[in-house]
Amino acid sequence: MTIILPRRRLLALAGASAVTATLPGLAWGAAATPKRLVFIIQRGAADGLALVPPVGDPALGGLRGALLAEATPGAKLDGMFALHHELTGTAAMFAAKEARIVHAVATAYRDRSHFDGQNILESGGTAPYARKDGWLNRMLGLLPPGEARAVGIAAAVPLALRGSHDAANYAPSRLPGIDEDLLMRLSQLYGGDAQLGPIWQQAVETKELAGDIGGNNGRNGTQLGELAARLMAGNDGARVMMIETGGWDTHSRQQQRLGVQARGLDALLVALKAGLAAEWANILVIVATEFGRTAAVNGTGGTDHGTASALFLLGGNLRGGGKVQADWPGLSAAALYEGRDLRPTASLEIEVSSAIAAHYGLEARAVKRALYPDLA
Amino acid sequence: MPRTYLALNRFGLGWRAGDAPPPRDVAAMLAADLKAYDPAPQSLAALAPRRVAVETFKNYRDDRRAARAGEAMGMGTDPEVIARDVRVHYLDAAAARLQQAAATDTPFAERLVHFWSNHFAVSVQSLPVAALAGDFENAAVRPHIMGKFGDLLKAAVLHPAMLLFLDQAQSVGPASLLAQRVGARADAGEGRRIGLNENLAREILELHTLGVNGGYAQADVTAFARALTGWTVAGLGQRPDQLLRRMGVNAAPGDAVFVPAMHEPGAQRILGKSYGGEGRTQALAVLDDLARHPSTARHIATKLARHFAADTPPPALIAKLERAYVDSSGDLPTLYRTLIDAPEAWQTAAPKFKTPWDWTVSMLRATGIKQLPDRRGAVGALAQLGQPIWQPGSPAGFDDIADRWAGASGLMLRAELASRVAGGIAARTDPRSWGAAMMADAAGEATLTAIARADSPAQGVVLALMAPEFLRR
Repeated sequence: MTIILPRRRLLALAGASAVTATLPGLAWGAAATPKRLVFIIQRGAADGLALVPPVGDPALGGLRGALLAEATPGAKLDGMFALHHELTGTAAMFAAKEARIVHAVATAYRDRSHFDGQNILESGGTAPYARKDGWLNRMLGLLPPGEARAVGIAAAVPLALRGSHDAANYAPSRLPGIDEDLLMRLSQLYGGDAQLGPIWQQAVETKELAGDIGGNNGRNGTQLGELAARLMAGNDGARVMMIETGGWDTHSRQQQRLGVQARGLDALLVALKAGLAAEWANILVIVATEFGRTAAVNGTGGTDHGTASALFLLGGNLRGGGKVQADWPGLSAAALYEGRDLRPTASLEIEVSSAIAAHYGLEARAVKRALYPDLA
Repeated sequence: MPRTYLALNRFGLGWRAGDAPPPRDVAAMLAADLKAYDPAPQSLAALAPRRVAVETFKNYRDDRRAARAGEAMGMGTDPEVIARDVRVHYLDAAAARLQQAAATDTPFAERLVHFWSNHFAVSVQSLPVAALAGDFENAAVRPHIMGKFGDLLKAAVLHPAMLLFLDQAQSVGPASLLAQRVGARADAGEGRRIGLNENLAREILELHTLGVNGGYAQADVTAFARALTGWTVAGLGQRPDQLLRRMGVNAAPGDAVFVPAMHEPGAQRILGKSYGGEGRTQALAVLDDLARHPSTARHIATKLARHFAADTPPPALIAKLERAYVDSSGDLPTLYRTLIDAPEAWQTAAPKFKTPWDWTVSMLRATGIKQLPDRRGAVGALAQLGQPIWQPGSPAGFDDIADRWAGASGLMLRAELASRVAGGIAARTDPRSWGAAMMADAAGEATLTAIARADSPAQGVVLALMAPEFLRR
C-alpha cells in the first residue's frame, strides 16, 4: 500500500465518492476527552500458541516439535510465556507495561468455521448471524456524541462497526489487495484446470504482493499503522478505529508465513504508536482473532482450526500492562479441548468489555450489557 | 448438464442476488424472457437526449475551429473542458448500460442487445461518436433486436454514430452536384476536393452482412459506396451547416439525413444486380438484398453459434441457425428460439470464457452492488480489464473467443477487482449459500469446499467470483 494521505484529504475524498462507502455527516468538532480505541481484527484464526508460546509448558515440545525446532526464541514474558521472535516492538511495549496479553481466551463460539467465528467476534452475538450490528458500533452509543467518530480501514464498514450509529470507512486504493494466502488458494482451485492453471501460474509469478500486512518486508504493516495514526491525529481525528488484517490461516508452512504476519503486525503497532506520539497515552488497542489453532502441528508444517487463542491489549496508559493473564489450562492430552485445541479458560467478550470500561472510566457491567447483550 | 447455470450465464447475464432459483423448465424461462423484453427500459430514460449530446459536441467543435482560426476564444471557454463535457455523455450512457445489465429482468434479451451492439460496433475513440454511442445502442439497436435482421441492419448502419465512425458522413459522389461545385472551386484554388469514401460500404459487406468470404469483390464495394453517397449527418460532418441549408437540407444537427446533392447519380451494379432506383432508396434496396443474402444467413448464424455454444461453433448449430434465418427471412426471435431448442447450445465440453464485460456484469448481479469500486467507475474498471465499453479496437467489435480474454494479467486484475468488491459485501454475505446460489447446478465440489474453507467471508466471496465455474458460461 502506498498511502500518502493527510487527514483533511480523507474528508474531501470521502465526500467525492472516491472511497467505496460514504462518510456520514458528522459534525467533527473538538471533543471533551481524548480517549481513543483501535480494534485490529486478525481474520483467519491467528495461532496464539505461536504468537505467545507457552514455552514453560512441558507438553509444548511434543505438540509443536517440528515448528519449535526451527523457531528463533523470542522475548521471555514470564516463567511460562514468550513472544514470537518477530514481535520485537510489541516486546518493548510489554516491557514498558504498555501491553497485556490474555491467553487461552475465546469468544462464545465453539465450532471452527471462519465465517461463523468472525461473525460472532464482530457482532458480539452468541450465535452466528443472529445479530445484524456489531459490538464496536454499540460501543459508540456509550461515548459522548463528540467522541463517537468511527472509521474502519476497509473496503466497506466491517460488521463490528455496523449498526445504528454512524461509522465511516476509508479504503486506500490498494486495500484489501491480494495476499499470498488468496493466491495460494486460487492456485489450488485452478490446479486441475488445463486452461486456467497455466495462466494463473504465470500471473502469480509476475505478481507483486500488496495486500499482506507482512508483505514488502513488513513495510505494508508500517504503512497501515501510519495511515491509522494519521486518521486519528488531532482534535477532529477519528476516535474509534477498526483495522482489518488477513492471512492468519496458516494450514501449511506456518513457520515462514506466521513469521511474515507477525512482522507485519508488529510493524503496524510500532508505526501506530510512533504516529500517535503523545496521544499513545490515550489509546487502547485491541488485537483479536475469531479462534485459535490446533495444539499439534499438522502434516503440512501448519496448524488447523482450533479454539482458544491469545488476545492483545496495548496502550500508553494501560491497566495491568506488562503481564500475561492466563488461567493456564495446560497442553497435556487430557487438558486439550476436544482432545486437540487449547482449552478456553477466559471469555473474550468479558475481557474486551472490562478493558473498555477501564479505558473510558465506565461501569463494567453496563459496558458488557451494551456490547454483548446476548451474553449470560 | 448444468442447464440452470447455462440458462443464467450463457443465455442470461448471471444469477441476480435475491432471486429465487430458476424454474425447472429453463427453456420456457428463456422464451418468456424474450417475450417480456422492453426496448425502452426506464433506467435509460434519464439519459440526455441525442440533441443535447450533439449540442455539446457542436460547441466543442466550434470552439476548436475558432481557436484554429486564431480568433479570440469568445467567452474564454476551454476546448478541453468541453471535450470533457462531451465525454460525460459517453460516461453517463456507459454507466447506465452497466446498471441496466445488472438490474434487468430480461437478461437473455439484454445479452442480445450487447451481442448486436458489438456486431454493429462503433468506437468512442472519436469525440462525435462518443457523444452518440449511447444513442446508437438505445435508439438503433434496442428497438430492432426482436424484429427482422434487415430492419436492424438499416437502423444500425444509417445511425449518425455509424455514419461518422465509418466516414460515411463525408463521402460524396464524385459526379454529384456538390462534388461538381466544390471541384470547380478547387480548380480555382479554393478549398480542397471531396470525394468517395468506401469505408462504410466495405465494413457492411465484410462485417455486418456477407462476411469476409461472402462472395463480393472490390467493384461491389465501390459501387455500394456510390449507392450510399448522400447519407450523412446534419451539422456534424465536414460540410458546414450553411452549405447544407443552401442545398435545402433542413435537419436537426446530429440527425442522419439523405442529401440528394451529395448522391452519386445513376444505377449501380452490386453482386450482379443493377440498382437503378436513385436517391435515398438506392442504398436501402441494397441493404434489403444484403439482409436476404445466403452469405449473410451463414455469417450471422456462425456469430450467434460462436457466442452461445463455443469458440469453435458446432457446424450442426450453424446449419440450424442458417436454415432458420433463411426460412424466416431473417426473423431474429426465430433464431433466438432455435438457439434455446438446440442441444448444441447447451453443451459444456468447451464452455465459453466470460469476457471482462460478461464477468463484471455477472459479478454486479450476484453481489447486488450498484457501483464498481473503481475511481473512474464502470468505464474505468472495464477499461482496466481490457474491454472498455463501446471502444473495441476495430469495427469488427470485441473478439468473442477465450484466447483474447483468458490471459495472466487479465485474470490477476479480475482477482484484484473481486477482492475489492468482496470487501464491500463480505459483512452481509455468507459465501457458502451465496456461492452455491450463483453457481447453481454448475458448482463443483472442489469450489464449494474451497469457499467453505476460506479464511474470511471476503476471501470466500473472492473464491466464488474467481471460481473456474463462474469465470465461464
